[in-house]
Amino acid sequence: MRPAAVVGTGQTHHAAKRLDVSMAGLCREAIDRAMADANVDWPDIDAVVLGKAPDLFEGVMMPELFLADALGAVGKPLLRVHTAGSVGGSTGNVAASLVQSGVHDRVLAVAFEKQSESNAMWALSVPTPFTMPVHAGAGGYFAPHVRSYIRRAGAPEHVGAMVAAKDRRNGALNPYAHLKQPDITVESVQASTMLWDPIRYDETCPSSDGACAVVISAEPTSGRAAWIRATAMRTEPTTFAGRDQVNPQAGQDAARALWKQAGITDPLSEVDAAEIYVPFSWFEPMWLENLGFTDVGQGWKLTEAGETALGGRLPVNPSGGVLSSNPIGASGLLRFAEAAMQVMGTAGDHQVDGARVALGHAYGGGSQFFAMWVVGSEKP
Amino acid sequence: MTRPLSAPLDVGFDYTRSLGPTLGRFLSDLRRRRVTGIRGSDGRVHVPPLEYDPVTAESLHEFVDVAATGVVRGWSWIPEPLEGQPLDRPFAWALIQLDGADTSLLHAVDAGTPDQISTGARVRVRWRAERVGAITDIECFEISDEPADEPVAADDVTMVTTPVNLHYTHSASPTEDPFLRGLMEGRLLGQRCPSCEKVYFPPRPACPTDGVPTTDQVELADHGTITTYCVVNVPFLGQRIPPPYVSAYVLLDGADIPFLHLLLGVAPEDVRMGMRVEAVWKPREEWGPTMQNIDHFRPSGEPDAPFDSYSQHL
Repeated sequence: MRPAAVVGTGQTHHAAKRLDVSMAGLCREAIDRAMADANVDWPDIDAVVLGKAPDLFEGVMMPELFLADALGAVGKPLLRVHTAGSVGGSTGNVAASLVQSGVHDRVLAVAFEKQSESNAMWALSVPTPFTMPVHAGAGGYFAPHVRSYIRRAGAPEHVGAMVAAKDRRNGALNPYAHLKQPDITVESVQASTMLWDPIRYDETCPSSDGACAVVISAEPTSGRAAWIRATAMRTEPTTFAGRDQVNPQAGQDAARALWKQAGITDPLSEVDAAEIYVPFSWFEPMWLENLGFTDVGQGWKLTEAGETALGGRLPVNPSGGVLSSNPIGASGLLRFAEAAMQVMGTAGDHQVDGARVALGHAYGGGSQFFAMWVVGSEKP
Repeated sequence: MTRPLSAPLDVGFDYTRSLGPTLGRFLSDLRRRRVTGIRGSDGRVHVPPLEYDPVTAESLHEFVDVAATGVVRGWSWIPEPLEGQPLDRPFAWALIQLDGADTSLLHAVDAGTPDQISTGARVRVRWRAERVGAITDIECFEISDEPADEPVAADDVTMVTTPVNLHYTHSASPTEDPFLRGLMEGRLLGQRCPSCEKVYFPPRPACPTDGVPTTDQVELADHGTITTYCVVNVPFLGQRIPPPYVSAYVLLDGADIPFLHLLLGVAPEDVRMGMRVEAVWKPREEWGPTMQNIDHFRPSGEPDAPFDSYSQHL
């Protein structure tokens, strides 16, 4: 497997409603920025990989067909990737594999969601015949498992609010973030409405329109590169007897494979910044454990000690993360791109000083799809 | 063998499209009884206008007015129109090259009978009287070599609503079918995996862990333990139960996997993990093949189950 690197990243200004652009225009805003950042033009791109979450979110079957012109894919291979909320991460990994394998030299990875065209809460709660209609969107799905985590780990109630306040303040440093709340506090998060007890309004990701793009290349094109040191994806069924919904096996397995491939034995010491898919605040400590940054039951202590804030031992979601911008299909690729920006030194006001190794992470479905990569400033 | 139970599943949503500058111009002009194309990098005029060039992928900007008359380049007869199609009587779908355009537009031709339309036939736009800025502002095309109606003034549009309606027949699986027929008799029928001996309720065709068919039917009592839960306070489109309500994972005694159901008869703040519950059934005359025969679960009054008895089901 030959080395491959992210050589350019781009993203849209994320917002609740990007009514000024079409779906194609939204994608191109991210693509044009990524290609300018990478210093490449359309003839330099060999293949295009598109990620997007369920088609019911925009009501367009196979949007890759009508977007082919806008994605510059005419006469080139165009692949659609779909793994629910983790799709942005999977898109990055698929694009990386096309370069690492030697099939293509430069691949454009794009992911988007235009949530304002529909209503994801509705789309995720379509009542199936013969069942009890208690489903209530992603929040309703994940809230009971968050409660299980709090009980199992014995975590104090304010940790979720700490994550939310941190990520929203980080978002205020990110010019592209949907939510910018520099004055948010743990107390104001705790005072916000309980939506799906134990998840509060301020502990919930927004509904965003947005897109993200990265150019992955075998050789640097722009004078800077985030070398892909490892990629991993794992899957498990949504439900089975004895399934651990708090600490899913697929996530543990993916992380173990990832660290091994990257040659990392002590992730907490060796990783400088992490962009972790945290759509509801409590998933920060849950995934810190699942990823092996801490032992089981100890993740909340890292958060509570302030070690996941900017300036801490492991800054988590310096960009503001999913809690600050959630164009669902793009959210995973945003994590991957933000990790690359950290090691390329292009993260601006939310740059982690001296970051040389960073994690990008995404999960999707009922915590059943996991995709992650490690990028570094040194060529492997 | 009887056919598995089935039920209609209708999914519908009025999707909204933000148009952007190119499609916005096209649909705004349709409202004005004008058809607008765009010139590509190779000089071709594309109708409808493309946002990005199919050759160079560059953003396109040079709008070109084309006529509301043109020629049929290909067609297919629709003898029985479907829901949502432009006309409710037989018509032709046709590729129509408008005068001044280099590409063809797909639309309906109200030709009456298939012998009235042919490749090469001249057509013109029949404009809808009430135009909103949508492709359906062109009601259809009609066979004619006369000019279409003159343009008029109208405001710009930036959004369009696209209703999507899907009508499915949702069928139960062969394994699900006896489970649903059991529910019609007030019985809770699970299945045991012959390999790992885990009891699935509702049953599965195959054990997700061992991949073997589940074979042994197990009848379960209608009481169990709340493993975990959330309180739904948020209203949303399509919601069936008015909030707030408790959505709880119920682990029936003897089952190895919890399922989601409604918990009532207790204030949300008093619900606990480990709470013992029992089913409250609807009146028998309201029973059907559905888990909704159990109206809800309520606390049974037994002492809470110890954490260790359900911790492996979280």
